[in-house]
Amino acid sequence: MKIGQPEKFIIDGKRLDGRKPDEMREVKIQAGVLKRADGSALVEWGGNKVIAACYGPREVHPRHLAKSDKAILRCTYNMAPFSVSDRKRPGPDRRSVEISKVTRLALEPVIFTNLYPRTTIDVFIEVLQANAGTRCTGITAASVALADAGIPMRDLVPACAAGKVGGEVVLDLFDIEDNYGEADLPVALIPKNNEITLLQMDGNFTKKEFEKALDLAIQGCMKIYELQKGALRERYGGE
Amino acid sequence: MEEIVSEIKKDYIASLLDQGKRQDGRGFDDYREIIVEKGISNKAEGSALVRIGDTQVMVGVKLAVGEPFPDMPDSGVLTTNAELIPLASPTFEKGPPDENTIELARVVDRGIRESGCIDLEKLCIAEGEKVWIVFVDIHVLDYDGNLFDASSLGSIAALLDTRLPKIEDGRILYGEKTRKKLPVVDKPVETTYAKIGNNIILDPSLDEELVMDARLTVATTEKGEICAMQKGGAGTYTREEILDIVSRSIDKGKELRKYL
Repeated sequence: MKIGQPEKFIIDGKRLDGRKPDEMREVKIQAGVLKRADGSALVEWGGNKVIAACYGPREVHPRHLAKSDKAILRCTYNMAPFSVSDRKRPGPDRRSVEISKVTRLALEPVIFTNLYPRTTIDVFIEVLQANAGTRCTGITAASVALADAGIPMRDLVPACAAGKVGGEVVLDLFDIEDNYGEADLPVALIPKNNEITLLQMDGNFTKKEFEKALDLAIQGCMKIYELQKGALRERYGGE
Repeated sequence: MEEIVSEIKKDYIASLLDQGKRQDGRGFDDYREIIVEKGISNKAEGSALVRIGDTQVMVGVKLAVGEPFPDMPDSGVLTTNAELIPLASPTFEKGPPDENTIELARVVDRGIRESGCIDLEKLCIAEGEKVWIVFVDIHVLDYDGNLFDASSLGSIAALLDTRLPKIEDGRILYGEKTRKKLPVVDKPVETTYAKIGNNIILDPSLDEELVMDARLTVATTEKGEICAMQKGGAGTYTREEILDIVSRSIDKGKELRKYL
């Protein structure tokens, strides 16, 4: 057993932070928070604080990466050294390289890259404060930043995780649940046609539990979707 | 470097699939021929060579004694690493690991770690001070598609093949293997399904990988539970497709486990 593991994750139907199993942490999204970036967004999600910026479409450097028929999308997920309890060494590690890759693949399906050949769209995701679920927070922020930059997209891409703690399937793990829980399932969704663009999982699920967790994560994505739209309305008006 | 695939080939593979056929004559749920050889290196503590069709992956397990992680003082340590060396494909380049290499290593690692297939607590030598560190190194020799399944199968085969070396006065005598095995208590396997158009096929060949929209890798345990998943490719999956792949993966996992 790991040091610090709680004996029980759910007491009287409530989780350790007081939430119900299918309840999400409080999420606040703000679009257009940076002056120099073409688009930006700040997402505060429970104890997570993640800022995303979008630059482009712009010239590609190095130039051999450019594609003659479409724009390329580049995503960089980075954690500030002070964003976690044990200082994170600055610079990319294996985890952030993998998250950068899956983030790109989660966002690429909605972007009309064919409209801007020979250019790049660069997305930078910076985790300022982490409390489990930073990749979902990052994807959520990045897709609002892309919209804020005016990049033509089919839809926004909300993301949310479900997991398993103390034998029960729950929505949106916070750090203790993430560290000591039994499974984690981050999902990103294109709400317009219900297609899934990010799916990762680690831990232990039976087939039945997995189905329940997947549905819960999809519901979570739909809630985030409304908040994303709300943030854009807030900035640009409209009903 | 990127492999370039012609539009004609793309259309050919996709239209064949629409007729229920594959380029190499396989069914949608068939693996290519699988060969697993264990104990192919006498320097490694455990090793295996896996072939799936023309894809070849060699996996070596090395053991060392080191300090445990502070939050798990009575557990051994597992590290998984992969190398996509330029010998294996014209598109692989030398230099530091790229994102594909890192993803491969991390997905294989997750399958092993999350299944709990190595009883890490049995690898403790002195609590808080000395534990066995298990290095799983994946060496791709020939890349003809589906590295995930080949690498994870090879990793488990190599772990099952591993014998602990002798320790004398705190020194490891690498030349003298004992008969003691690693405490491997489960056999997780990974199965990868590619999506091309509306068709979902097992074990994509290189050509199929080059034209696929998305792939989904599912790691399953002996009990038929899911212990890791990873979606790849810039395409998407529906909820129903994912549930279908999970069911097919649990079934296929049983078949794959027979090679271990």
